[in-house]
This record gives sequence, C-alpha cells and structure tokens, in this order.
Amino acid sequence: MFDDRYTLANKIYPYEKSPDQDLPDAVRHPVVIVGGGPIGVATALDLGQQGIPVLVLDDHEGIGMGSRAICFAKRCLEIADRYGCGEPMLDKGVVWNLGKVFHRDDKVFEFNLLPEQGHKYPAFINLQQPYFEEYMIDRLRHLQAEGAPIQLRGKNRVDAVAVKGDHVVLDVMTPDGAYQVEADWLVACDGASSPLRDMLGQDFTGKVFEDSFLIADIRLKGDVSFPTERWFWFEPSHGEGASMLLHKQPDDVWRVDFQIGWDVDRKHELKEKNIRRRLDAFLGGVEYDMVWSSIYTFQCKRMDSFRHGPVFFAGDAAHQVSPFGARGANSGMQDVDNLGWKLGLVIKGQAPDALLDSYSVERVHGADENILNSTRSTDFITPKSEISKIFRDAVLTLAGKARFARPLVNSGRLSVPCVYDGLPLNGPDRLTGGPARTRVGAPMVDAPVDGAWLLEKLGGEFQLLTIDADAPELLDVDGIPVRRVALSAVGNPELADRYLGDGPSAVYLMRPDQHVAARWDHYDPAAVRAALNTATARA
Amino acid sequence: MTSLNMDPNIAQPDDFYARLLAAHEGKSKAESDAINARLILILANHIGDTPVLLEALDLAAEA
Ligand SMILES: Cc1cc2nc3c(=O)[nH]c(=O)nc-3n(C[C@H](O)[C@H](O)[C@H](O)COP(=O)(O)OP(=O)(O)OC[C@H]3O[C@@H](n4cnc5c(N)ncnc54)[C@H](O)[C@@H]3O)c2cc1C
Repeated sequence: MFDDRYTLANKIYPYEKSPDQDLPDAVRHPVVIVGGGPIGVATALDLGQQGIPVLVLDDHEGIGMGSRAICFAKRCLEIADRYGCGEPMLDKGVVWNLGKVFHRDDKVFEFNLLPEQGHKYPAFINLQQPYFEEYMIDRLRHLQAEGAPIQLRGKNRVDAVAVKGDHVVLDVMTPDGAYQVEADWLVACDGASSPLRDMLGQDFTGKVFEDSFLIADIRLKGDVSFPTERWFWFEPSHGEGASMLLHKQPDDVWRVDFQIGWDVDRKHELKEKNIRRRLDAFLGGVEYDMVWSSIYTFQCKRMDSFRHGPVFFAGDAAHQVSPFGARGANSGMQDVDNLGWKLGLVIKGQAPDALLDSYSVERVHGADENILNSTRSTDFITPKSEISKIFRDAVLTLAGKARFARPLVNSGRLSVPCVYDGLPLNGPDRLTGGPARTRVGAPMVDAPVDGAWLLEKLGGEFQLLTIDADAPELLDVDGIPVRRVALSAVGNPELADRYLGDGPSAVYLMRPDQHVAARWDHYDPAAVRAALNTATARA
Repeated sequence: MTSLNMDPNIAQPDDFYARLLAAHEGKSKAESDAINARLILILANHIGDTPVLLEALDLAAEA
C-alpha cells in the first residue's frame, strides 16, 4: 500500500473504488489530469465547463496542510472567476495596498499600490492556498451536481506512463491494488517534482538558489495586531534572518518568512523552540500560536517544451520560480486558461492538432518572463556576489534619502499577466491610437459596464467586442461561432480609456481565454475570419 | 539619439579628481566600495538615458 507524503488540511476527496478497477480492459478517457493540486483542479473546471469528460487522479485524498501560496494576483482571480469560484476567494481574502521596506530596522520607504478604479478584482489578495483549492473543489462538486462530466479520484497514484502514439496508458495504484487507465490526452499537473516528467525522461533545467527560507504562520494572541500591510526587512538587526517578510492572511494569521542561509540543519531549525527563538527576537513580548511552519529552498527552472505528443505539462510540473513575486500558482492558472480552450476545440474537431503546439509556445514565453522577474528579485534579496551585495546595499541606503533609488528596491515584483507579444496566434492590430494595455496578445482589462463587469461578459468562447461599432450578432467562421458583445463607451470613461484610446470606435476579436486575438477600428468580415483562423491555427 | 560624451566635459578636472579622492580619504575598503556604488547609482539616474548608460557600461567593462 502507499502512505501519504504530506498531512492533509481537508480530506475532501476520499478514496472510493471506481468500477473501472474491476473491468478486464483499461477504460479510455478523453482527458486524464494527473494531480489534484490547484492547477489540476482548475484544468478540470475549464474542461468540465466545456462539457468535455475529464478524470483527475491524485495520490492523496484532499488538500495538503500548510498555506504555501498566500498571494493571489488579479489575473489569477479573474481566471477563477471565469471558472465560477473567484468570488468566495475575494470574500475570504485579505486586500492590502500598503507596503513598507526596512533596512537594518529603519524604514526606508513605503509604497501604495494605489488600486486603479473600475475592476472587479484588486491587484492582489492574500489567502491561504488551502482555501484557494477548497473553493475550486467546491465549484467542481457543484458542476458535477449539475451533470458536468468530471471525476476526481483520491488515492490514485500514477506509477507509470506509456505513450502509444495517439494515446497514453497509465499504471495507477490504489488501496485496492493497481489498475490501468487510458487517455487520449494527458495533462500532467503533478507539481514541482513531477514524477511524470521523470517517467517521460524530460529535463527540468535552470538555476538553484543557494539559500533557504523558514516560513512560520502564526496567530497573535490578545489584543496585539499589525496593520494589513506588507513589511519587508533587509538585514534586520535581530540577526535572525538576512531578510524577513511579514504579511497578513485571513483568520488573523500572519506569515513570517526568514531568510536563513544555505547550510542549515532543517530538522534543527524546524524545532518549535528554534522557530520561536527567531520569532521572539522579532516580536519581543508578543504571544502567539504556531499554525504552520516549513523550510523551503527554491529554483527557477522550466521544461524545454510543455507539450510532448498527447502529454501536456502545466503548473509547477512545467516551470518553477522562486516565491518572490507570487508567480507560481498565478502562472499555473494562466497555463490552464491557455490550454483549456485549445484542447476543447481540438477534441471537438474544430481546430487542428497544431493549435496545441501554441500552448507550449505561449506558456514558455510566460514562464520565461516569470523566471526573469523572480530571478531578478532573488538576486536583489539574496545577492550572489560581493559586488552584487555592495550595489544592493547602496540602493537601500540611498532609497531612504533619494526617491530615484526606490524603484530599484526589489523585494518581489508583483505578478502581472504576460502579453503574448509577437506570437503566432496573433492577428492584426489595426486600431489606430489603441491603448497599449489592450494590444493584441494582452489579456482583456476589466471595466465597469452597465452595473456589472466587462470580464463577466467575456470568455469561454470566441467573441467580437464592438464598442460603438456595428457587427452581426453571431458569426459562424467555418464551424466556430463568434458571438458579439456590443457596448458603448458613451458615458463610460474607463471603457473608452482602456479600449478606444484616441479613436471613436473599436472592434476586438477575443479568444476564449480573454486574450485579444486582433483589433480594428471597424468591423470587416474578411479580416475577422482571417484572424480567427490564425488564432485557431487553421490558417 | 544622444550618445556618450567622450570629450572632456568637466571644467576643472584636477579639482574634481581631488574631490573624488577626498571622498574616499580615511575610509575602509568596504566604505569606499559603498561610496562608489552609491555614486554610480546617483550618476546613472542623473543621466537616465539608457543608450548612454549602456555605452558607458561597455566602455567601463572593456577598459
Ligand atoms: C513557500 C511557498 C510560497 C508560495 N507562495 C506563492 C504565492 O504567494 N503565490 C503563488 O501564486 N504561488 C506561490 N507558491 C507556489 C504555489 O504553491 C505552487 O505554484 C502551486 O501549488 C502549484 O500548483 P500545482 O497544482 O502545479 O502543483 P501542486 O500544488 O504541487 O500539486 C501537485 C499535485 O499532484 C499530486 N501528485 C504528485 N505526484 C502524483 C502521482 N504520481 N500521481 C497522482 N498525483 C500525484 C500531488 O499530491 C499534488 O496534489 C508558493 C510556494 C511555496 C513553496
């Protein structure tokens, strides 16, 4: 039999024997997802909402203990919203705007994220990862109840995979013994140490950073509290870490991160009395309960390609970044957003297999951007060389006195979605004077419309957004429907600012993942048709 | 496009050089390194122009 590799926070999908296990032959599924972490579950939601049968296999029976990710970015929440589970996240999450940076105990400066008005979701929320996962699984149960063809099997561990041309065969271990499962398509969401990656002999290359971080989630006792802000210390004088982060989570829990160096004895450092020693040095007489603690080291790595025939890799299995800037789960959600509609169209026979190659092209582009940003933050927080430390300290010393040095302080650049600039699915950008933030390849930017939100009207299918422009209500482009979303920017300055720019009207062709495929200043049937064929690799 | 000024541009070169050395007088190696690093950042920001900065970086690195 097999044991859990980690403790569960919530045994939310206990093992149940599936009838498949007693059949003489392996059952063939259109899509099997390996891994029931946030990325695997999101993939199931995306495909399940499209009515495509999916089977999720996870080697545990629920959500892992411990918060891990706490920062969820706007784009990630917008994707969750499209899957029908963004609102509970926002309701539970902590919204913060103010950040403070300290160097050797002195406050160097503070920044305010100054949220832009007119968006359903804020730039960020803080939320323990188990809640994030729970809300997605709640949604999955809800979809199942409505008849969506989603299965989630706990304690089903994939031990081997064989790629047989157009399908894969999996050896699955359960408490009742082994059985086999076949799949036309396999999505590997089995985490940073992805067993599937190893089984398929794929490399995972990049940089390992020689440092480790001790995380302690604590709940303060009594009347003490800290403000809902992000505090980051470089070289705090209590000496219990080369840097330290304090951040608020829901349920009055605080995340404290200590940078404790490379050569540490993990067992020793994780003893409660040693964690408390560090916390006490920082908190003085404050009383608190320990909620969770862990030591992590990190790497910035990715696979060469996220597609291998009928197998796709998504989330941490495909790429890993340092936690600075919160790009792990956030970028994994963008993988799913990207893969879901493409796989859907190919399974329904509406687009060629080549469309699936663009998943890897676009998401490798995204992963590289995330790795670049998180590597730079890491180089600033844990300088690799003497001279890099000298410059880092120079920036921090100057930042207190001179405004110009503040943008150079890098304690993590907050995750923003990637724009698929210059990539093959993009159509023409023919909106004269159109805003840069909604250019071709960019994700749509939210805006208030008619007492609701623009993004609530978009996604899940190809759409033509017309702003003060005419177009047919419904197009059929060789079998793919394109529905019109007609809006007016009259009396809506946010919409005008974000979508019209200098011109009087605009027409946007939008992909099902809410990215802009092409845009013009008026409707041209031939141009829309060509752009849609480009966006689906049919051209 | 502006490019890096390679012509003499400091009115009293000897005075400036003496002030530069004076800023480091009596400092430890670590203090001097820190002063230099701050000075580079201050001047780089003042220049601001990316192509000029990149030219300056190349010139310094190849010397
Ligand atoms: C300390 C820390 C802080 C972080 N902070 C943030 C943050 O603030 N914001 C952010 O966006 N990200 C953050 N991250 C990253 C985030 O936690 C991960 O990116 C995210 O969990 C990845 O999700 P995943 O579904 O790809 O993988 P995982 O969550 O690792 O899930 C993989 C799943 O696959 C299962 N599995 C593995 N092998 C098998 C097998 N053979 N058969 C069946 N199932 C299998 C596992 O049991 C697990 O359930 C942080 C990470 C850490 C460690």
